[in-house]
Amino acid sequence: MNNPILLIIQREFLSRVRKKTFLLVTILGPLVFAALLIVPGILASMPEEDKNIIVLDEAALIIPEEGRGEYQLEYLDPRENDLESAKKSLIDSDFDALLYIPTGENWDPDFIKNNILLFGKEDPSINMVQYLDGVLEDRLNKQKLLRNGVDPNVVELSLTQVNIQSFTLGDEGAEQQSATVLKMGLGYIAGILIYFFIFFYAVMVMRGVIEEKSSRIVEVIISSVRPFQLMMGKILGIGAVGVVQFIIWVLLSGGIYFIATMFIFPEMIADQATGTPVGMDASSSQGLEIYDMLRAIDFPLIIGGFIFYFFGGYFLYSAMFAALGSAIDQETDSQQFIMPVTVPMIIALVTAANVIQDPNGPLAFWMSMIPFTAPISMMIRLPFGIPIWQVIVSGAILIGTFFAMVALAGKIYRVGILMYGKKVSWKELYKWLRH
Amino acid sequence: MIKATNVTKRYSKKLALDAINLSIPKGSVYGLLGPNGAGKTSFIRIMNQITAPDEGQVYFGDRTLQPIDIARIGYLPEERGLYKKMKVGEQVLYLARLKGLSTAEAKLRAKKWFERLEMADFWEKKVEDLSKGMAQKVQFVTTVLHEPELLIFDEPFTGFDPINTNLIKREILRLSEEGATVIFSTHRMESVEEICDHIGLINNGQVMVEGPLLDIRKRYQNGTYSFVVKEAVEHWGEGTLLQESKHHTGHSYTVKFERYPGTVVSELAAKGTLVAFEEVLPSVQDIFIEIVENGAKLVPHE
Repeated sequence: MNNPILLIIQREFLSRVRKKTFLLVTILGPLVFAALLIVPGILASMPEEDKNIIVLDEAALIIPEEGRGEYQLEYLDPRENDLESAKKSLIDSDFDALLYIPTGENWDPDFIKNNILLFGKEDPSINMVQYLDGVLEDRLNKQKLLRNGVDPNVVELSLTQVNIQSFTLGDEGAEQQSATVLKMGLGYIAGILIYFFIFFYAVMVMRGVIEEKSSRIVEVIISSVRPFQLMMGKILGIGAVGVVQFIIWVLLSGGIYFIATMFIFPEMIADQATGTPVGMDASSSQGLEIYDMLRAIDFPLIIGGFIFYFFGGYFLYSAMFAALGSAIDQETDSQQFIMPVTVPMIIALVTAANVIQDPNGPLAFWMSMIPFTAPISMMIRLPFGIPIWQVIVSGAILIGTFFAMVALAGKIYRVGILMYGKKVSWKELYKWLRH
Repeated sequence: MIKATNVTKRYSKKLALDAINLSIPKGSVYGLLGPNGAGKTSFIRIMNQITAPDEGQVYFGDRTLQPIDIARIGYLPEERGLYKKMKVGEQVLYLARLKGLSTAEAKLRAKKWFERLEMADFWEKKVEDLSKGMAQKVQFVTTVLHEPELLIFDEPFTGFDPINTNLIKREILRLSEEGATVIFSTHRMESVEEICDHIGLINNGQVMVEGPLLDIRKRYQNGTYSFVVKEAVEHWGEGTLLQESKHHTGHSYTVKFERYPGTVVSELAAKGTLVAFEEVLPSVQDIFIEIVENGAKLVPHE
């Protein structure tokens, strides 16, 4: 006797892996991902176009500031111009913006700060506003200090910048340089990746279920195997596709990274090679710091966690999506059901910033215990190093919920795949559950 | 082959099967008949173990129906289809392996069937590239490939084109001659009358009548006889004329009598005008209507 689940897994796996689109997505995926990482960097490093700003400074507040970087300031004489004529000269010239600083009746800084206006030919960029804010605040602060009899230079001299070097004291007593920024980046990337993986493959399960239903083959199949076997075979088969795709992506991305560092940034490698502690020039000490930071991160835990939470989350959500797929005749009807089911994952993504700010706070804790948000929230937290018992408890809850969900989904699925031409509501699904 | 005792199936509001008792003899061609919604498909799904009965028992052979029995059943559902993107050959092998055949055995048998039904060139094609008639043949092959002892066809002749219908009827009867038990389920009762030897009539989840087709038709014989005579007959005595027609050899009459019309027959025979005389058995459709209107007749005790 052939094992039907194995046969189904095999078919689900092969029929997808042999498709041309699989090959395409698998190969293009890392390229697109690499482009997503590299292109914003290139764009950000490109200089902005110069912006010329006319300033009508009635309060004589910022004269003789000339501008900085791409922002060039040009002053109008307040004795010969008012706001109206200044606006006109903005329109008639090829200047980009007009900054208007009024003077109050007795040069009141609080009046001035509330009445500064900026006009632009197009929406002023955030960078421009930030730059001007900085200049204006600096001048107003100084003026206020002077009025209160304090020398601004004294204040400036007494400003102190603190550089805390933070360490994590590990169990072994070894000090590890903490690498908060790197951990944040890793957490974000892992969280977003796991969201896409779970969603992508869970929807693939739903599509497969709908395909079997709408092509009417499902009744033939379930006269040979139990509906539950068909559902589990499909979930496992597509999960296997996910694993294979993930492995290919990791290998390809690694390959691309390696080639890129070899040919595009050869100086980086050279730096690393010569960066001996004896030399201790700026770049080599930086290289060591990165090395230290990388050492501070528990990569086996993160990679293991990724695989575990991908499977846990994928099984949980794909069981739900399989049940939904069984209730629908046409894929176009699926939207109204996908949305509510994915809300927990979206909440996990939205709260990612809060979780990162306080990876051991109550929000982070509970989000990584609730099984529907745990895969994402826990992946965000993992790089920061969290108590191992939390990982174990969260994993146990996830596995338990997954089994319960598969049982529930199986019940809905069993009824749903044989229902045709029925507009299904949530109430209807609940009824099937109790069938 | 199949025996159902007190099988009951409820859906949330509806009683689909109301304690039905059916027995389908081994080697029979059994017509499971009744209007749409009578409960036929519910019963078929129970035989296929797609659903379980709420109450009652189903026996397969001389023991209760068990999961491994699915390998001995071939089922062509009313809602049928194939994976559109999959190649025909692969698909046939996949479905056969789900039924427990080895790949080698499935391939051997499939090739034979493909030769026999003149579809050898389908093997490498995708289902979506086949015509509807071709796909129907593939579907039929997948139903019978594992040489099931019990074949169940739900509305087999809807959706099949006439050529395929005949072809498939022929093949099914051949399988029946080779010993398979065949169940036809349909609401078009006239379509199976000529091929079934047993029937079960179902209405509203209840079995109205069941047994060998000929016995049932005899039981519901209502005194209708057909006469072919050379010369026209004006009066039929106690009989009521139902139908008459004239053709080149003479006249045909269908007449209903309260009793066996012995005297009428001997008179006509004495005149030398009687060509043929025959008792007209009611069609399954007539029996169904009769039962729905007047209730079932009890089996006469002899």
